[in-house]
Amino acid sequence: MSRYELRFSGAGGQGLITAGIIMAKAASIYEGKQSVQSQSYGPEARGGASKSEVIISDGPIDYPKVTKCDALLAMTQEACNKYSDDLKEGGVLLYDSDLVTKLPEGNFKRVGFNIINTAKNDVGREIVANIVALGAMVALTGQVSRENAEKAVLSSVPEAFLELNKKAFSMGYEKAEAAAKG
Amino acid sequence: MSKKVAFLQGNEAAALGGIYAGCNFFGGYPITPSTEVAEVMSVELPKVGGKFIQMEDEIGAMAAILGASLAGSKVMTSTSGPGLSLKQELIGYGCIAEIPCVVYNVMRGGPSTGMPTGPSQSDVMCAKWGTHGDHPAICLTPASVQETYEEVIRAFNLSEKYRTPVMVMPDEIVAHMRERIVFPEPGEIEVIPRKTPTVEPAQYKPYDTSYGDVPPLAAFGSGYKFHVTGLNKLPDGFPTTKAEYVQAEEERQVRKVDANADDIIQFEEYMLDDAEIAVVAYGSTSRSARYAVNIAREQGIKAGMFRIKTFWPFPDKQIKALAQKVKGFIVPEMNLGMCSIEVERCAQGKAVILGINRVDGEPVNPDQILEKMKEVK
Repeated sequence: MSRYELRFSGAGGQGLITAGIIMAKAASIYEGKQSVQSQSYGPEARGGASKSEVIISDGPIDYPKVTKCDALLAMTQEACNKYSDDLKEGGVLLYDSDLVTKLPEGNFKRVGFNIINTAKNDVGREIVANIVALGAMVALTGQVSRENAEKAVLSSVPEAFLELNKKAFSMGYEKAEAAAKG
Repeated sequence: MSKKVAFLQGNEAAALGGIYAGCNFFGGYPITPSTEVAEVMSVELPKVGGKFIQMEDEIGAMAAILGASLAGSKVMTSTSGPGLSLKQELIGYGCIAEIPCVVYNVMRGGPSTGMPTGPSQSDVMCAKWGTHGDHPAICLTPASVQETYEEVIRAFNLSEKYRTPVMVMPDEIVAHMRERIVFPEPGEIEVIPRKTPTVEPAQYKPYDTSYGDVPPLAAFGSGYKFHVTGLNKLPDGFPTTKAEYVQAEEERQVRKVDANADDIIQFEEYMLDDAEIAVVAYGSTSRSARYAVNIAREQGIKAGMFRIKTFWPFPDKQIKALAQKVKGFIVPEMNLGMCSIEVERCAQGKAVILGINRVDGEPVNPDQILEKMKEVK
């Protein structure tokens, strides 16, 4: 079976649940696959560990949570420590290189760049760091095409911010590609 | 023509399912993890001419929907654990006064405020025994976003058909999970209207059993005047303590659901034909179970799943029959063994029953179920 499991993790308020929703929407509405998105978060509105999980498959998806993670995004050191245990051999870890300095051991690819600072300095608004990260996850996982993911982004954000999010998505996609070639 | 699709959360689907079923009054009070239902209703209901009201608390919300239902509206409220506890007195009122309504309760950790954002399945007994006294209980436990939409519609239909409160109880995982949903066309899913009186207002009695176990219900404001009380009542709705009425009425109220169990109970049998192990599961836990059964089959283990869609009335007959066939039941659930009790009652010692019980805010995972299968000898 083609089950592919992604986890977007970081701190509450970083927009990771939204990033997961857009990835899942890209797969199920635009890519013609099936997907399920679920989340777990604490009672806090900001801060605290937060994760959003996405399962993508060609067929029906039973268990909606990650069993063995194919791709993990870690936007904080805490999230990286907490959620990298079940990363698959041959999987991929994407991390913010300014915030995650201690990397887990294991036989998987590690790709890091300054995700939040890219949003802040190159795109112009820190608030789109989640879309930068999403672009990078799309590039690294290959589960949905760049075009379909972009469609999902644009159908999920407010109209006044289409360009901003488009730029954030592209920048994340390209930086991850470059970092992966490394 | 291709159908409308969307990528939605269980709670969002529940609200839209309610609107499909003709809900035109929602009384609510926000509580995690059910608040999205009220959010969507507050936006969507006014567009179809319905009314949304946020009340002062959960009790007020329950009272509001009972009142609106008596005035002829199709009504719904949503809540979670602690809110369900608060609503119980009025749920009992809805049962004895026979007022159709849908109570959508997302199961989170408990008791009391417990774990607001954690999943649980520990309200299923509360759906039947939460309000005191003998009374009918219907409770549906959907397992996907699409099914949540459809089961809310079915809940409206059952509440109107049997003139009684109906509960829909997804666990937090199903309620917050997002999946693709395909919307039915108008008319594609049957929507059952309320049975209203055919007699003149002067002749109308709200509990006149000459029409069968489910008497027609008039709407306040339509010219029909009648009395409604939480006391045991006569056919005209006024209180009584006359033994023969009280006994007959209590029995009828329970009978109108129990005697129609076959019409109400829905379930799914998955790979049970030759199964030696039956996993009995509901809600999101059934998704773990299906995953585990698929892997078990690859390993040559004869496992199957009985998926409960209607938790109350409980599928007694089906579990009883299964108990004659299988060596053992595995009952995974996010509580300390509520469904297990019912399975034990039905199995009557004919098969071994092993529970998997998690109350730590994490789902029962497929590995736990596979591991448990090895214990069935």
